[in-house]
Amino acid sequence: MPNRSRVIPFPGVEAELPPILRVEGLGLSRGGRRVLDEVELSLPPYGITVLMGPNGAGKSLLLRCMAGLVEPDRGAVFTALGAAPAALVFQSPVLLNRSVAGNLRHALRLARIPRRARAERLDDLLMLAGLGDQATAPARTLSGGEQQRLAIVRALAAAPKLLLLDEPTSSLDPAATAEIERLIARTADDGVKVVLVTHDRAQAERMAEDVAFLHGGQVREHGAARSFFGQPASAEARAYLEGRLFV
Amino acid sequence: MQPFDGAFAQAFQLMVSADPALMQIVGLSLQVSLSAVVIACAIGMPLGAALAVLRFPGRRVISLFVSAAMGLPPVVVGLALYMAFSQAGPLAVLDLLYTPAAMIVAQTVLVTPIVAALTRSAVAGLMEEFDETLRALRASRGQRIATLLWEARPALLTAALAGLGRAFAEVGAVMIVGGNINHVTRVMTTSIALETSKGALELALALGIILLILSLAINAAAMGLRPRPLGLAYAK
Repeated sequence: MPNRSRVIPFPGVEAELPPILRVEGLGLSRGGRRVLDEVELSLPPYGITVLMGPNGAGKSLLLRCMAGLVEPDRGAVFTALGAAPAALVFQSPVLLNRSVAGNLRHALRLARIPRRARAERLDDLLMLAGLGDQATAPARTLSGGEQQRLAIVRALAAAPKLLLLDEPTSSLDPAATAEIERLIARTADDGVKVVLVTHDRAQAERMAEDVAFLHGGQVREHGAARSFFGQPASAEARAYLEGRLFV
Repeated sequence: MQPFDGAFAQAFQLMVSADPALMQIVGLSLQVSLSAVVIACAIGMPLGAALAVLRFPGRRVISLFVSAAMGLPPVVVGLALYMAFSQAGPLAVLDLLYTPAAMIVAQTVLVTPIVAALTRSAVAGLMEEFDETLRALRASRGQRIATLLWEARPALLTAALAGLGRAFAEVGAVMIVGGNINHVTRVMTTSIALETSKGALELALALGIILLILSLAINAAAMGLRPRPLGLAYAK
């Protein structure tokens, strides 16, 4: 992925800062259907951007393109990440058949963290996930919320500048969701840019600083969260927020 | 039933007294079959994992051959190796015919496709589950293969056991390339066949019982070693 950086004004933000990631003319077809169509998006280098849109809008595929897991047919993703990778966490966390600490050690090895630094980093990640007292427990015996917290801190093992989260709380109860939201907020406070896909309007309103709305494989609008929820610019976004948008 | 009762009694007598001839046959059988399975695992597991993970021209054809080779008739393998190792054969220089080494080669040929095919199947299944996550964690191809092999360890143990079962039960190939020579290449299965044809059931029975006990013991040990399943890889 080429690295290129350019100062771009971001809607609703006074200061002009270079975006951490920019998507230009991104297109992707699957089974003869355009699932991403000329997607244009610039992500500010801080805070939490929420991606919203109906099922099939292309949110998860866009996230995978941003992470470099899916090669687009057209267009490109430009990043200012340098050597630091983007990390992606899926809706259902896939954990190795090892202990909680074993999963994190494996991620630290993959991230080529020097051996002498791993123990301290492991402790930090366990603390961040609130799983310090379950380090030796088999990861697959954790609750759904704990597994998702483990998956998120595992993704942070490589110290990414950009964390992409694909509906991380969609199958969790309110308490587990609150824990995940606290973890995400703390990660963003620590300077990691977060992109969160969610269908949960309340969660989006709690977490988002800006919202990008996707429909039909295109970004229909992108702006500050307050204006998106108060006065969405597109008819599709209005219909989506009112529960009237069908694909 | 009287003669069989006597045969059983004599068979147990041979086992209890650790009859030297019996022990020598059992020892050679273990040496040949375990060596073959170790070599087959060393070849078959990386081959199976590579067929599951790597994409290269001819991969499907090789996979097809590996799967088809699981059903290789032992006597045909024995015949092919006999011709290769015989004086007129291309491998005559190795001077392996009628040696335990030839028997190990024959069993390795029979066991490797089983280990490779079962490994490929297990790793391919895990790859569907883990590949995207491992790629998201920036694992290199080698790291992905190593991780998948480690995660597949219960299935790999099963593959090794299936191979050991095939090796222990095999008669035709080792009979042809080993020659069933007393004190040299006579193993449990070839002895059972020979002694039964001679009507000397006591030694055949003793060997048969030991073969069953060994098989059960190895499977029980493997079950003890196998990590317990701890639920799905992902949270529901």
